[in-house]
This record gives sequence, structure tokens and C-alpha cells, in this order.
Amino acid sequence: MDFISILSIFVLACFVGYYVVWSVTPALHTPLMAVTNAISSVIIVGALVASAEAGSAAAKYLGLLAVVFASVNIFGGFAVTERMLAMYKKKERK
Amino acid sequence: MHELAPVSPFVALAYLIAGVLFILALRGLSSPATSRRGNRMGMIGMAIAVVTTLYTHDIASLPEIIGAILIGGGIGFVIARRIAMTAMPQLVAAFHSLVGLAAVLVGAAAYLNPGAFGILDTLTGQIHQASRVEMGLGVAIGAITFSGSIIAFLKLNGNMSGKPIMLPARHLINLGTLAAILGLVAYFVTDQSPWVFWTVTALSFVIGFLLIIPIGGADMPVVVSMLNSYSGWAAAAMGFTLGNSAMIITGALVGSSGAILSYIMCKAMNRSFLSVIAGGFGAESGGASGGAAAVDRPYKRGSAEDAAFLMSQADSVIIVPGYGMAVSQAQHALREMGDMLKKAGVSVKYAIHPVAGRMPGHMNVLLAEANVPYDEVFELEDINSEFGQADVAFVIGANDVTNPAAKTDKTSPIYGMPILDVANAKSVLFVKRSMGGAGYAGVDNEVFYMDNTMMLLADAKKMVEEIVKSLD
Repeated sequence: MDFISILSIFVLACFVGYYVVWSVTPALHTPLMAVTNAISSVIIVGALVASAEAGSAAAKYLGLLAVVFASVNIFGGFAVTERMLAMYKKKERK
Repeated sequence: MHELAPVSPFVALAYLIAGVLFILALRGLSSPATSRRGNRMGMIGMAIAVVTTLYTHDIASLPEIIGAILIGGGIGFVIARRIAMTAMPQLVAAFHSLVGLAAVLVGAAAYLNPGAFGILDTLTGQIHQASRVEMGLGVAIGAITFSGSIIAFLKLNGNMSGKPIMLPARHLINLGTLAAILGLVAYFVTDQSPWVFWTVTALSFVIGFLLIIPIGGADMPVVVSMLNSYSGWAAAAMGFTLGNSAMIITGALVGSSGAILSYIMCKAMNRSFLSVIAGGFGAESGGASGGAAAVDRPYKRGSAEDAAFLMSQADSVIIVPGYGMAVSQAQHALREMGDMLKKAGVSVKYAIHPVAGRMPGHMNVLLAEANVPYDEVFELEDINSEFGQADVAFVIGANDVTNPAAKTDKTSPIYGMPILDVANAKSVLFVKRSMGGAGYAGVDNEVFYMDNTMMLLADAKKMVEEIVKSLD
């Protein structure tokens, strides 16, 4: 992809983010933070590239370390979000 | 324009799908009813991104990678299961620091092995100039996120005092360091020597540390949101380096999410973003001026029995919880009290100020954990007009967010902050440990001395438990 296509995706995604986040109910702002934390660990993609490719041993180990950190975040972030969301219950109607 | 590694359309499509699933994950949070489905979509999106990456690269070391994922994933999962809901702000800060660190490591790996990332110019044998800018910025933001989040974590976790640490000439030092980082990133375009790259990284670690130490405990909700935003921009910058749409979309989403939350928190405290960043708020808290004068003024003190009687006679009670409630772990007892009142035919609602907890939405999670139904919990703007009709406002562990000085006293440090109008209720029950210590802002609260206010001076949890006993 050339730079302009990437930039277009970025700018449009900023707008999508703006509108989607304003529609999040304030009651769920903490889960929002936890889940954004988890998804920002998509940076694991870069870490996997670094650790998969041969060429530089140093880069490979930096990559593997980044995979560990990002995985803590992915599993931890999604799991803690799931745990929080499971607690939100409606009033029982009689 | 530089060419990035050629990608097959299917691979690009897979990353795009992952990005869309992440958007839907956030979209699901518009209501608790759809939120869990949204979270699952986020998980699927992440799985797609990871599998696609592994599938499209010649993996020289699959067992090591799987091992790394299992180790990290295991640690993350155990932490997520065990963490107390009151500790959520620290946890989120710690997670932010990991995103930042991962960004730095990925940037460093890309610098050491640019060929693997497809950012090597085959003609010159050097890294593409545009990629150097993206990489430099990504590493800088990542490093700031890392060291800043570490400080935020230490402050929130109580390992470090919440009081601001003010270095002399700190604005000069900070601006100088920031200028040096930006200058070096620009210089990196012309000279890709290792010293430039590593100096940018080192200076960014330092500035992250310097930026957060002068910020006081009361402003931590803004700081956590801000670091949330930074972790997003770091991921986006790395996405530019890799030309990966999933990373760019996610980075933009997270970046705007954190920025919006910072804005909401600043507005809820009537503070400008710049003044929060400049730091120092709360430095003089606990000072003599506001708090000390309070001791001599007359106030009415009540017992748990009085409170129980007053509330059981009421038609409607609005409970205003603050961080003090969470500290004393009173939320379960509070819910029990609410249940008993409801059984007695009293309408019970909860009013939440945006900065009631230590991070956006924190109080809502704590109440949800105590099984308070979310449709009994209301945000400030939705419930504030109802205090006028309420018989009892039950304030527990909150102070500044109910202080009328925010409306009346122009000299007050909290002037202009939106507050919950508890003073409008027919009676106010104010649970507080003692008359001495004021809130974060260190200001006295007029509500304590009103005729219709009864102070319940005790530990929040003990007081609520006694009220529950008396209601029985």
C-alpha cells in the first residue's frame, strides 16, 4: 500500500473512532479502556514479523519479548473486559 | 512515495476484517446489553490478525513464538482473573505500559532488521526515509507511554506518593527534551546512524517519566486516559511502518478513544487539558486555609439508627458514592442497604459523578460488581434535576463532587466543576470518616453545615453495615 492509501485509512479511522467512542455509554468507560488496551496490542503483528523472520538474532529476540508483552495485554485485556461486562446486570423484573 | 512489501489482496482483506471487528467491539459498548458480543468480536479480530501474520510469513521459529504467546497469555489471563475491581486503574496503567514497551521493541526490531519489515530501500541499502519518520515517532510515543504509565501505575498503586513532584524549571526541561526528540527524529531522515535512534528512544523514556511525576493524584483519571490515547498513537505509527491496516485502524480508534475520555474527565473537573499536563494540582492540598477553619463550625451528627429511620420513612433516596466508598469496600453493604430500602417501598437510585472513581466509569464497575442493576445507576446530567424531589441524598465517600463552592465561590480551586446538587434534597446524609480531612482539592464543603444535613462520622463500610442492621 502506498503512503496516501495508508494515510486515508488512518484519517477515516480517526473519524470512525470519534463517533463510535462518543456513543459508548459512560457506565462502560472502564471496560472501554480495558478493551482498547487489548486491541491496541494488535501491535503483536509487528512483533510476530520481527520474531518470525531470520536475518537478525537481536531483532528476533526483541520481537519475541514484544510478543510476550503484547500477549499479556491481549489475553489480560479481553479477559478482564469480559469479567467486568459479565457483572453488568439489569434489574430483575417481577 | 515508498513501496512497502507486496501484500496479497486476501491478506490485506483479512487485516481489514480484523480492523472492522475492532470497530464493532467498541460499538458494542454503547449498551451493556450488546457489550459482551462486542468483546467477542474484538477477540475474533485479534485472532484473525495473529493467524494471518503467522500464515503469511516464513516462520523460522514457530515453537518459540507459540511459547511466547502462551507465557504472556497465561500471565495476562491469571492477572485478569485475580485483579480486584478497585485496582482496575493500576491494572489499566500497567497494561498501557506494556503496549508502549512492545511498540518500542517492535520499532527497535524494525530498525535492526528492516528487510523483514519491507522498509529497506534496495537501491541504497538504507531504510526508507518515510519509514524512519514513522519508526522514530512510533518508538518515541511508545517509550513515553511506557515510562509515563509506569509512574501512573506507581502513583495509583500507592508505591509512590500521589503528591506532585515539582522539579525546578520543569517546563523548560520538558519542552527542551521534547524539542530535542522531534529534532532528532527529523535528523534521523538524513542519517540513520544507531546513535540517533537510541538517543531518541532514551530521551523519550526520560520525558515520559518527567511528564507524569508533577501530576497529582486527583488528576490521575486524565493521565490514565491520556496514556490510553498515546498507546493508540504508538500502535498507529507502527502500523504506518508496516503498512498494516489493522494496526492503523486500531491505533486511530484507541487514540481517539483515549483523547475523548481525557476530554470528558477534564470537563468533569473543569480543568483545561494543558493545566493538567502542566501538573502541580493538589500540591497545596491538606493546607491550612480551607480545612482548618472547618473544625469549629457547628454541624449535626447522627447515628446509624437515625439514618435508617430517616431513609425508611422516605419515598425516594439517591445514593451518591465516591472513591471513599470503594476504599472502605462498602459497595456490597451499600447494595444490601439499597435492597432493604426497596423492599420497604423506597425508590433507590445511584448518582455517579464522572470523576467519582479513579478512572472513567470506575464507580459503575464497582457498583456492578456489588450486583447493583445498571438501570438504577445514573450519570450526573441525567439525575441532577431529581435531587429537588428526593427525600434523602445519601453521600458516601464523595466530597468535592457535591461541594456547592464549585458554583458559588469564585476563589475555590474547584470553581466551575459540575457538581451533584445534593443540597437540594430534603435531607442529606453525609458519610465521612471524620470532620477533619477534606477531599482531594482540600476545600471545605458547605453541605456539612446545612440544617438539613446529618453527618454520619464513621468508616463507610461500618456505618452502612450498622444502618443495614437498624433497618432489619
